[in-house]
Amino acid sequence: MTELSLIRNFSIIAHIDHGKSTLADRLIQVTGGMTERELKEQVLDNMDIERERGITIKAQTVRLDYTASDGKTYELNLMDTPGHVDFAYEVSRSLAACEGALLVVDAAQGVEAQTLANVYQSIEHDHEIVPVINKIDLPAAEPEKVKAEIEEVIGLDASDAVMTSAKSGIGIEEVLEAIVQRIPPPQGDRDKPLKAMLVDSWYDPYLGVVILVRVMDGVMKKGQQIKFMQGGTVHLVDRVGCMRPKIEQLPELGPGEIGFITAQIKEVEQAKVGDTITLAKGGATEALPGYKEVQSVVFCGLFPVDAADFEKLRESIGKLRLNDASFTFEMENSAALGFGFRCGFLGLLHLEIIQERLTREYDLDLITTAPSVVYRLTMTDGSTQELHNPADMPDPVKIDTMEEPWIKATIYTPDEHLGSILKLCQDRRGIQLDLTYVGGRAQVVYELPLNEVVFDFYDRLKSISRGYASFDYEQIGLREGDLVMMNILVNNEPVDALSMVVHRSQADPRGRALCERLKDLIPRHMFKIPIQAAIGAKVIARETISAMRKDVTAKCYGGDISRKKKLLEKQKEGKKRMREYGNVSIPQEAFIAALRMGDE
Amino acid sequence: MARAIYIHWPFCLAKCPYCDFNSHVRESVDIGLWERSLLADMRYEAELAGGEKLHSIFFGGGTPSLMPPALVARLLEEAEQLWGFAPGLEITLEANPSSVEAANFTSLANAGINRLSLGIQSLDDQVLRFLGRLHDAREGLAALDIAQKQFRRVSFDLIYARPGQTADIWEKELAQALSFGTEHLSLYQLTIEPGTRFATDVRQSKFTPLDDDPAADLFTLTREMTAAAGLPAYEISNHAKPGEESRHNLTYWRYQDYCGIGPGAHGRRGNKATQRHRKPENWLSAVERNSHGTQTESDLTAPEQASEALLMGLRLAEGVDLKALSKRFGIAQENLIIASRKILYSELGFVRMEGERLIVTDKGMPVLDALLGELVPAELVVS
Ligand SMILES: Nc1nc2c(ncn2[C@@H]2O[C@H](COP(=O)(O)OP(=O)(O)OP(=O)(O)O)[C@@H](O)[C@H]2O)c(=O)[nH]1
Ligand code: SF4
Ligand SMILES: [Mg+2]
Repeated sequence: MTELSLIRNFSIIAHIDHGKSTLADRLIQVTGGMTERELKEQVLDNMDIERERGITIKAQTVRLDYTASDGKTYELNLMDTPGHVDFAYEVSRSLAACEGALLVVDAAQGVEAQTLANVYQSIEHDHEIVPVINKIDLPAAEPEKVKAEIEEVIGLDASDAVMTSAKSGIGIEEVLEAIVQRIPPPQGDRDKPLKAMLVDSWYDPYLGVVILVRVMDGVMKKGQQIKFMQGGTVHLVDRVGCMRPKIEQLPELGPGEIGFITAQIKEVEQAKVGDTITLAKGGATEALPGYKEVQSVVFCGLFPVDAADFEKLRESIGKLRLNDASFTFEMENSAALGFGFRCGFLGLLHLEIIQERLTREYDLDLITTAPSVVYRLTMTDGSTQELHNPADMPDPVKIDTMEEPWIKATIYTPDEHLGSILKLCQDRRGIQLDLTYVGGRAQVVYELPLNEVVFDFYDRLKSISRGYASFDYEQIGLREGDLVMMNILVNNEPVDALSMVVHRSQADPRGRALCERLKDLIPRHMFKIPIQAAIGAKVIARETISAMRKDVTAKCYGGDISRKKKLLEKQKEGKKRMREYGNVSIPQEAFIAALRMGDE
Repeated sequence: MARAIYIHWPFCLAKCPYCDFNSHVRESVDIGLWERSLLADMRYEAELAGGEKLHSIFFGGGTPSLMPPALVARLLEEAEQLWGFAPGLEITLEANPSSVEAANFTSLANAGINRLSLGIQSLDDQVLRFLGRLHDAREGLAALDIAQKQFRRVSFDLIYARPGQTADIWEKELAQALSFGTEHLSLYQLTIEPGTRFATDVRQSKFTPLDDDPAADLFTLTREMTAAAGLPAYEISNHAKPGEESRHNLTYWRYQDYCGIGPGAHGRRGNKATQRHRKPENWLSAVERNSHGTQTESDLTAPEQASEALLMGLRLAEGVDLKALSKRFGIAQENLIIASRKILYSELGFVRMEGERLIVTDKGMPVLDALLGELVPAELVVS
């Protein structure tokens, strides 16, 4: 156990790609947590996807021993948190485990939306914030301008910001000194009953469920019977330790310390992020504040391309869920896609990540249906229900009102792109709340319906601002809307996987875009295929795929039988990857591509 | 029991740019060695698939009109000894219409060939050059004239749906072709096959193949004109006066047994698919080693055979007798053709039933491949 005054717990907050993970690597390297050889780039990003995309998905932590210029050796606990809004709750728990934060700002890009969102959160947690201006090695770096921006936009004193280049190792000692000198030590009482926060949990094939904890009061030891106050379950602690970043077992974790425990837990689901851990007997009575149940925000259907893979999908989703309790799934039966699962996610990135992991780690080919949000329906008989799947939409005459979730979005952009961004928000039914200019940048705050955002808002925003605009959001509740169910009919048959709830004002353009897209994606058949978008019986858009005129092998004699049969075989194999609607075979790519309405 | 044999002669004077057949250009060919080897390969097949008299023999290639007539005669003599000849036996030989080859026609007829299939390909000099052919139009017509005098039955090939070909141009060319009075015509749409020089040319945008839509129009035009001239299509690309169909090729399309000898030749013997070594040299050494040139001999399951029978048989205007097919392969009719699709595509006019026969209509023929993909159940095709 380390004396409180020698502990520093801090997180690193930054906008995506400003260099958080790289800086963490440097800190580990300089304090000797890893030898040069062991130090793969971005050691804290463990998952393949994290390394490949260069983004942090799960929060990670590492303990560093640092002998400061005052001669004392400090225990530094560093948390590398995810930068994406989908994981905002995880971030908030990590922040709650710390007393301070390094605010990393890219010297060339300056303050971005997420920087703001995260820094405000950090301030709410009473953190001591140390501004770090990173990437000063870049030719485009303008550290003085960024300093001014930090002061002006965030209102932090940036005069003693630390200048670093995490990539080339400049300013790392200075960062460590600033942590020791400026971030306060944690508080806590060893003699009070155990109270620890469950910061994160994940599944390890060797250790089972591993739990990251921050001890507030009391001591955590092997052999203790502990209780999760929200989850209500009791477990026997069988390991206590910390990450350096390799696992190191310790006799105990004292107040103020961050580390991990294992307690023979089988499923991550039982270890809920934000829960309070105490002793089963004689424990604390009051839980820590800030706990929230994770809630799915975006839903979509996942179906195996080959219906025969359903069992494999079920198994894989089950396994993945062991590792990530933040997505939900239930079986779904679609008229044409067969059996699959309706899954709920924290956001679009989360959806993509899960889909990609299923494809990659479990070798599955998937069809993903249109993402949708959760609507609340008030029926004419006064009852209410939640709609997770457009396919379950009740008869409209029985619906009195429909409500949809709204968000408050903060967009930060160089002002030359402001015009097109305002137009985008306006087109998506946005309501402007605020518009401020800081230097050459503008910050706009909009209220937007989430269903306008789940499709491609982020992609559009990135493309119209050539990647410079940044975006952050929070949910602000449900609002009534004039929402309708739009069906897509292929050869006069509705395609359930493509039906969606849209705002009446958006139905026409979206219907038209979808029909046009499908026209290009569905191959010609032997007959003409009408493609229609319809609300109820009213067709709002239509396209036609003309009939195929020629598809025949001109020459076919004795020697060609085998060859011709191979062709037929291939054709049949190909059909396995297609779905039938009204005698039309729709390739699975069409489902995915049709919903990517990027060039709308 | 095979009643048809196919003999492959793999040599050509030059490789045509559209051709993906098993054809090779060689400086010289050891005729004695080839004679011995072909005879050995033939004896091997006769042993396994003999017992019935032959109804057809087909010399294909390559360019079998380059074979010495004496070799042709020797092979026919051996075949007669091994199998015996049924009355009215059809013996076809494929020929290129150069003057050199035409000079051989009399001896070939004397050797026993009674049907000639001439590779005229086009009646236009410029097109013949594009197709890389060694003859010009005048030479082609001269060869046709000699052939019609020497052989009772003559057919010739034309390639159409060429880049830029309009309906007008094809109509004139086809009308001229029909005026010569042959009782059989093979009219192929130009297709760009992988690995050919044309495939490279297309990739390098040296020319653009004709689009499917105009090609489909030409296909319809062809069927109308030939039917009007009394040579209706009896198969996708083959047209004949009733009774003058190629009996040998009907064997393939009706999915009956045939022996295939010589390099690359395929055969169907009971439930076995046979294939000879493709490369002439490899085939020769295989014959030397094993007294036959077989490279693979594989068992076909009943569903595989049924799917082959369907994809060949539906090319024919007469269609396929589903009841007979069902009996032959022990597969229930509803497992041969997807019933709901048969109904759908009958309603749409692509197929029709005539008694027990499933027949692809004029509307269905140009999209036969797609149609097969719809009608034939996956269980028959995909293992
Ligand atoms: N030139 C330069 N590049 C840097 C520096 N620090 C980080 N980078 C690069 O910036 C990119 C993003 O760095 P990361 O450390 O992954 O950023 P991050 O903030 O962890 O990103 P998320 O985890 O997605 O939020 C990488 O390509 C780094 O190599 C620096 O000081 N100078
Ligand atoms: S002559 Fe016939 S077989 Fe020989 S290369 Fe030309 S097309 Fe092919
Ligand atoms: Mg990172």
